[in-house]
Amino acid sequence: MMIFRIGYRNILRNRRRSAMTGLAVAVGTLAVLLFGGFQRNVFAGLETGAVQRSGHLTAFRQGYFLYGAGNPSAYGIDDSRNIVELLQNDPVLQPLVNVVTPTLSLVGIAGNYSGQSSAAKTFLGIGFVPSDHARMRQWNEHHVRLATGIEPVLKDDEPSVGFVGLGLGRILGLCGPLRISNCPPPQELASERPAVDAPAEDFKELHEPDLDKTSTDSHAGMPRLDLLGATAAGAPNVVGFYVASATPQGVKELDENVIGMPLPLAQQLVYGRQKPRVTGITVQLHRTEDLEKARERLTGLFHERGINLEVHDFADLNPFYVQVKAFFGSLFLFIAAIMGVIVLFTIVNTMTMAVLERTTEIGTTRALGVKRGGVRRQFLLEGGLLGALGATVGVAVAALATFAINHAGLEWTPPANAQATPFQVELWGRTAFILSTWIALTLIATLAAWFPANRAAKLQIVDALRHV
Amino acid sequence: MTLSNDIVSVVRLRDVAKTYRVGTVDVEALRGVTLDIHQSRFSVVIGPSGSGKTTLLNLIGAIDAPTAGSVELCGQDLAILKDDALSEFRARHIGFVFQGFSLMPVLSAFENVEYPLLLVGMPASERKDRTMAMLEAVGLAEQRYRRPNELSGGQKQRVAIARALVKQPDVVLADEPTANLDTKTGASIIELMRNVQTQFRTTFIFSTHDPQLMSHSDETFAVRDGRLVSPQMKELAS
Repeated sequence: MMIFRIGYRNILRNRRRSAMTGLAVAVGTLAVLLFGGFQRNVFAGLETGAVQRSGHLTAFRQGYFLYGAGNPSAYGIDDSRNIVELLQNDPVLQPLVNVVTPTLSLVGIAGNYSGQSSAAKTFLGIGFVPSDHARMRQWNEHHVRLATGIEPVLKDDEPSVGFVGLGLGRILGLCGPLRISNCPPPQELASERPAVDAPAEDFKELHEPDLDKTSTDSHAGMPRLDLLGATAAGAPNVVGFYVASATPQGVKELDENVIGMPLPLAQQLVYGRQKPRVTGITVQLHRTEDLEKARERLTGLFHERGINLEVHDFADLNPFYVQVKAFFGSLFLFIAAIMGVIVLFTIVNTMTMAVLERTTEIGTTRALGVKRGGVRRQFLLEGGLLGALGATVGVAVAALATFAINHAGLEWTPPANAQATPFQVELWGRTAFILSTWIALTLIATLAAWFPANRAAKLQIVDALRHV
Repeated sequence: MTLSNDIVSVVRLRDVAKTYRVGTVDVEALRGVTLDIHQSRFSVVIGPSGSGKTTLLNLIGAIDAPTAGSVELCGQDLAILKDDALSEFRARHIGFVFQGFSLMPVLSAFENVEYPLLLVGMPASERKDRTMAMLEAVGLAEQRYRRPNELSGGQKQRVAIARALVKQPDVVLADEPTANLDTKTGASIIELMRNVQTQFRTTFIFSTHDPQLMSHSDETFAVRDGRLVSPQMKELAS
């Protein structure tokens, strides 16, 4: 106890210097905690967005992931209903799984030739079961506030109604009917419209009959798009599509390309009058931490039943997620390293001064019988105490700063995002992260004190006693 | 110097030499000193500045090592002890009183006196009792909570004496203990040391220029140019 008493009192001996040293440690702790909290929020946001869109795991036909995007019909899964049922009823997967649903990815051209605008753009289509899709969009394990807007409630019995990305809606001139902001003035679009509406005429020739026979009445007020795709046989195909809303997708590329539609419409566009198939079976889990367990079970089941499917996780399907995560991870390490070095040099400087000032005292204690190790321990403890005090202050300030930031209503636009999202720091409840930061900085401070402590321990007693 | 056979030699130096290197020059601080100091003596080492008094005390106190010769303390050859063992030896057998008091400024008078007992691992209750008794012996029980900066020079030296004596060492070494004190305070400190020496039968060895202190000694060792020139024995009181 005496060693602690002496250490504590020695810290208070030169209060200003100790305060400045503690402050440096506190600033280091604050920086690491705030950035770590912000990074966690970014990761959680990215993960949530990715899992809401594409689930945790998706099963594709072998080869689809690498080669199938250009020809989805060639990689279709025939018996998707049986596979979905197999997964839904599996006793291992059942407690882990939130949604198991078939999806169909496709590409095509969307055209808007009604009203005063005339625009067309390639699109990235995703066909889904609307009720399953709605459940997937509600997944928010980390309780993050996302930039993505609230999607319309699509119905399984309205197969022609879907949504477009906000950016795509803007590009296709759906600003008026869908009440999209930041659109060009209508007169500009009107002046550029061609005299003859050739694409619209061409589309009429290719048109499949509408799936939803009552669409004209029930979809009153919804803008209609013509979606052009290629069937499995290679023939051009067109379906009518009613846009319920333009919905922000979070990521700019998706926002300007995505069209979400009920699975039957997507199947009609890709397979025409052939047997409908799907390109993927998406599995969304309750918790991300069960991903490996679920993957193992899925792979095992497919192998067991001779089903020729391969399983990919959301990181495979969203390489941007991995890149951003790696980038922020590197940035965090860089900041943590800089803060560690600052703390290290500050403590070395402070403890070196302390050794110099207390040289005679060191000689006295050694003469009284304190061993070299005892002297070393004393200074290490003082360095550690300074680190611990500074880190504690840092944690307290970080907690206050987190509260202030999270309630300040700040917004930022994450990399490649189309829309601003709340600027949040996730620190509350992250005991392990806070504790490890506290321990790391206290350890750095203790290790930094080792150099001067060792010098103090090696002093010759008579030289130390002679020191003025 | 002739002593009866029943008197135990606490300090035994044989042909001790100490050479310091200052820059490129070797300085011979002690040259072939041989002496014995016996138990319960109040011994004084005198000599002009630079004569080697402090070096002699440092060697006896096991805080420095001789270049040649041997130093034995309480029958222990110090040369064979490693650094940690020497520290333990000092902690158990030797008390120090420094010229500049050398109290630990962050500790109270009580804690300063208690400190050497912590180093020998004495149980807390015994430690507290012995510390308190020693502070009472030096007349500072009332001031026990004061830090060194709240004490006078004489009081600080009393605390230093209490610290040196509290563990009941075999030898107390005091390097010019009255040098920083006025005559009156110096006299009271000498009286105090003489009293506690009589009470605890501890061997005291001083280096000093103070004639008051010399007059109280049992024996005097005069050092000049690193050599012992005249060990003088007085009539022992006991």
